Amino acid sequence: MEVKVQNIRKEFGRFPALHDVSLDIRSGELIALLGPSGSGKTTLLRLIAGLETPTEGRIFFGETDASEKTVQERNIGFVFQHYALFRHMTVLDNIGFGLTVRPRATRPPKAEIRRRAKELLDLVQLTGMEGRYPTQLSGGQRQRVALARAMAVEPNVLLLDEPFGALDAQVRKDLRKWLREIHDRTGHTTVFVTHDQEEALELADRVVVMSQGKIEQVGTPDEVYDSPNSPFVFGFIGESNCLRVDVDGGEIRFQGKTLGMAAAEDKHGEALLYFRPQDIVLVEDDTPHFEGQIASTRRVAGTRHVEVALGSGAHVELEVTPEQAARLDPKKIGFRPTRWKLFPV
Amino acid sequence: MAHNPPQDQGVTTETPFARALLIGLSLIFLLLVLVMPLLAVFTEALRKGFPAFLESLSDPETFSAIRLTLLVAGISVPLNLVFGVVAAWTIAKFEFKGKAVLSTLIDLPFSVSPVISGLVFVLLFGAQGLLGPWLQSNGIQIIFAVPGLVLATVFITFPFVARELIPLMQEQGNADEEAALSLGASGWQTFWHVTLPNIKWGLLYGVLLCNARAMGEFGAVSVVSGHIRGQTNTMPLQVEILYNEYNFVAAFAVATLLALLALVTLVLKALLEHHFSAELSASRRH
Repeated sequence: MEVKVQNIRKEFGRFPALHDVSLDIRSGELIALLGPSGSGKTTLLRLIAGLETPTEGRIFFGETDASEKTVQERNIGFVFQHYALFRHMTVLDNIGFGLTVRPRATRPPKAEIRRRAKELLDLVQLTGMEGRYPTQLSGGQRQRVALARAMAVEPNVLLLDEPFGALDAQVRKDLRKWLREIHDRTGHTTVFVTHDQEEALELADRVVVMSQGKIEQVGTPDEVYDSPNSPFVFGFIGESNCLRVDVDGGEIRFQGKTLGMAAAEDKHGEALLYFRPQDIVLVEDDTPHFEGQIASTRRVAGTRHVEVALGSGAHVELEVTPEQAARLDPKKIGFRPTRWKLFPV
Repeated sequence: MAHNPPQDQGVTTETPFARALLIGLSLIFLLLVLVMPLLAVFTEALRKGFPAFLESLSDPETFSAIRLTLLVAGISVPLNLVFGVVAAWTIAKFEFKGKAVLSTLIDLPFSVSPVISGLVFVLLFGAQGLLGPWLQSNGIQIIFAVPGLVLATVFITFPFVARELIPLMQEQGNADEEAALSLGASGWQTFWHVTLPNIKWGLLYGVLLCNARAMGEFGAVSVVSGHIRGQTNTMPLQVEILYNEYNFVAAFAVATLLALLALVTLVLKALLEHHFSAELSASRRH
């Protein structure tokens, strides 16, 4: 189901957690709320769920205004960061809970609840674990039970709060792939919160980048990575370099030197130049370029990261192949960004 | 290397002599103030043999004291179970102004002398008290009657359940309840199916301590009781009366019942701590 968040503002006491946030979530989409802690991403998720009430603004599920509805009436599936499994119930009873507590008129018979819980247990690949208690499961298994429990109520939207936050790196990667598969198979509209950009970029159809209670950018992983629309997004997603430059007459200058990089004709004055470490070419001839000395290099997986001092305290990091790195002169390195973006100071 | 302590000793480990001394001292202390008095209670009670012991317990006044104690505990403990859960829930799960005040007030009975607690009720409901004349004209008797005993006992034992549950509920947080609500459970269903099972052992622990105190309370109850024989004397009061009449066998016979209650409470408490330490609040874990 489609979810529309309209001009939501949320304050805790006097502390503003979200300012005027609007977001359209498409039906069947897997969308990530990405941001550092304190950015308001979990608050937004809890507002959609109905676990918090907005100070201002409305939330629509499809055509219906869900703002006035309680969490029970919204029929959502929520997976908590620490799973919040009921420790005194078996795995099967946990999964069936949402159906068991329904009013008599809409409650399926016991055998039917068991059957559906078992089906979901198969879906999350925990067949045979129905009699276990949450304490007898590993972190990854608990996570999957929590997801099955949330899906059992056939929710309008699935909401996951840092779903992989409490797991170790390997389990995280496996579960990530697995969650994508489950999503593609069941087609639930899914929103998940994460502070891990890699997770958001790999898993989501669209990423919502948040900072300080505001949405900075919404876009596909390619869009937010390749064309960040603010210094924050540039800095937060992927690695980036930032240099203070002068713009004059359609040209970018650094420390008074031209660089062979064009800018809009009508802009003048200081600006911030952002580019990614891998978006550069090494320049060995006389064409205009950045020039500096190699401060250090380090090996990162299949590439080499070179830290370059450009004088007056300015540093950038460049990514080159190990072969290129081997041929570099530590006293003098020349390069030019191939993709960049200018932001006002 | 000469300054290093021996490998099997950490820096906090004492020398064998110090250890023996400390352990010995605590054991002697325990023997003197706990074990010997307890043994004395039983030997005194059985001094004239088992038949005499039984006979003193079947005395009508003593029997009525036992019944009254059970009645008072039977009313006060369930009341405090409900109050305790409500108070703990309020303090642990909500944020509101005056929370700190409420939290402090719950401890009030622990910090006030029981005699004062009893007196407060006499001043409120007694013949010369604030509400005395009105109660009298309506034929309601509170002081020197069962309602007064129950009120005093409820007041004295109020903190036990709440104090046990507050840290437990705070530690458990709201996530389980939120999960239940998000799955469509009503507030009441959430309480029965999620909250209560999560706190059941802590609750039992609190009730156990509450009951032991309710049956053993002397000071507050003594003030509001009026010591009417066969009517408003609870077990601890009966022990005092019998003792003052030099009826030692009878006095100690009733005392054995209270001592047994204490022992049973102690054993159950130890069992709870042993088996369900994870489900009792952190402050109770050993």
